[in-house]
Amino acid sequence: MAKATARQVLFEPIFSNNPIALQILGICSALAVTTSLSVTLVMCIALTSVTALSNFFISIVRNQIPSSIRMIVQMVIIASLVIVVDQVLKAYAYSISKQLSVFVGLIITNCIVMGRAEAFAMQNPPHMSFLDGVGNGLGYSFILICVAVVRELLGAGKLFGIEILPVVNAGGWYQPNGLLLLPPSAFFIIGLIIWGLRSWKKDQVEEAEFKMAPQSRAMKEAM
Amino acid sequence: MSSKKESVARTLTVALLVCLVCSVVVSAAAVALKPVQTTNRLQDKQRNILQIAGLYDESRSIEEQFSQITPRLVDLRTGEFSDAQDPLTFDQQKASKDPDMSQQLTGEQDIASIRRRADYSTVYVVENTDGSIKTLILPIHGYGLWSTLYGFMALESDLQTVVGLGFYQHAETPGLGGEVDNPNWKAQWQGKVVYDESGDVDISVVKGSVDPNSPKAEHQVDGLAGATLTSRGVESLVRFWLGEDGFGPFLDHLRAGEA
Repeated sequence: MAKATARQVLFEPIFSNNPIALQILGICSALAVTTSLSVTLVMCIALTSVTALSNFFISIVRNQIPSSIRMIVQMVIIASLVIVVDQVLKAYAYSISKQLSVFVGLIITNCIVMGRAEAFAMQNPPHMSFLDGVGNGLGYSFILICVAVVRELLGAGKLFGIEILPVVNAGGWYQPNGLLLLPPSAFFIIGLIIWGLRSWKKDQVEEAEFKMAPQSRAMKEAM
Repeated sequence: MSSKKESVARTLTVALLVCLVCSVVVSAAAVALKPVQTTNRLQDKQRNILQIAGLYDESRSIEEQFSQITPRLVDLRTGEFSDAQDPLTFDQQKASKDPDMSQQLTGEQDIASIRRRADYSTVYVVENTDGSIKTLILPIHGYGLWSTLYGFMALESDLQTVVGLGFYQHAETPGLGGEVDNPNWKAQWQGKVVYDESGDVDISVVKGSVDPNSPKAEHQVDGLAGATLTSRGVESLVRFWLGEDGFGPFLDHLRAGEA
């Protein structure tokens, strides 16, 4: 990677090098926490702060870390930060932390955090690593918020728990789409976002890993 | 530099230092935030009690609403109200681990798989203006599939019709056993009758759904799909706490008007 400017490091991960859409990392939590926007926002803030701070601290000690225990040191730092974030959430956002339940703890295993630590923070100075963490957190947040807006609005007729589309059950006209509250819907939405993003930025399209074989003779004869 | 960096002593020092710093940070956070978390947990418990008793009103503060509820200590051995402990600070979870404060249950008694039962329990009473009981909220707990479920059950003044049931702490599988938190499932408990005519505990969580035409329908609740063991756990713990070794004697005393 050539020397990137702070601006690039911060904003590239949002569209050009999005951790979810291009690197396809951290999908699991994107499915689980996007049923309502307020929960999603808290999760995004939690993940962004963990990524940014872990990148920052790992980058500070990067020259001291012996390569034989490199991964373990990274994990210890990440895990400690996640516990701190979890404790803070339990203290100041109790009901949301109850809804997020295990997913805050699972930030430890979120590939984005580990991936950025290994790919960026180990080679770059602290302030750039911090910005890279924030940028990737924002990239993750951008996708999650898009997914959550679609899911909560069309699945429950609400945004932030405030009614936008009056649902049939409560005497309105909108028949909520229950599928959108189930995890598979997040897959569809993320798929559509990736499709949209790659149609807009053609360079993100991956080369095909295999070619479709021509139709077999049997097929031709059958036609 | 690189050879020095990779030496065994150096590796151990770095590992030790990283662990030390991280553990200090983690414990500092845990200790510093503990008071706020405790208040949150208490408020959450109080909110649960209010919700289960059907009294919760989002627009008012929990403390204010909770003032209409009187916590009272019950001696489970005698089934009578007691003043041996402060009902507000008495910790039943802790007491059930303390041999001086609890008693061992035999395998036959222990249908809720809780091993030890505390001698005391804090119940919550909502009183009518004349001092008679309007709603009685009993703490219940028992083992599901993975975890002990802690919750409350609210009974009407006849002491056999359910006002509500819910759990505030458990670690059942989200989406399966975790559906004990589903408001639709909890709502089914409303109006169920937990004792039969002769006064024996009669409530069960059935597999599938309850046939509304069955004469037993008011003693039955739908099971949770895909969570047979959690459903069975809920049934057993409700039966335990309403039975002889739970609040049974206490409820008998209340019915006779002499607790």
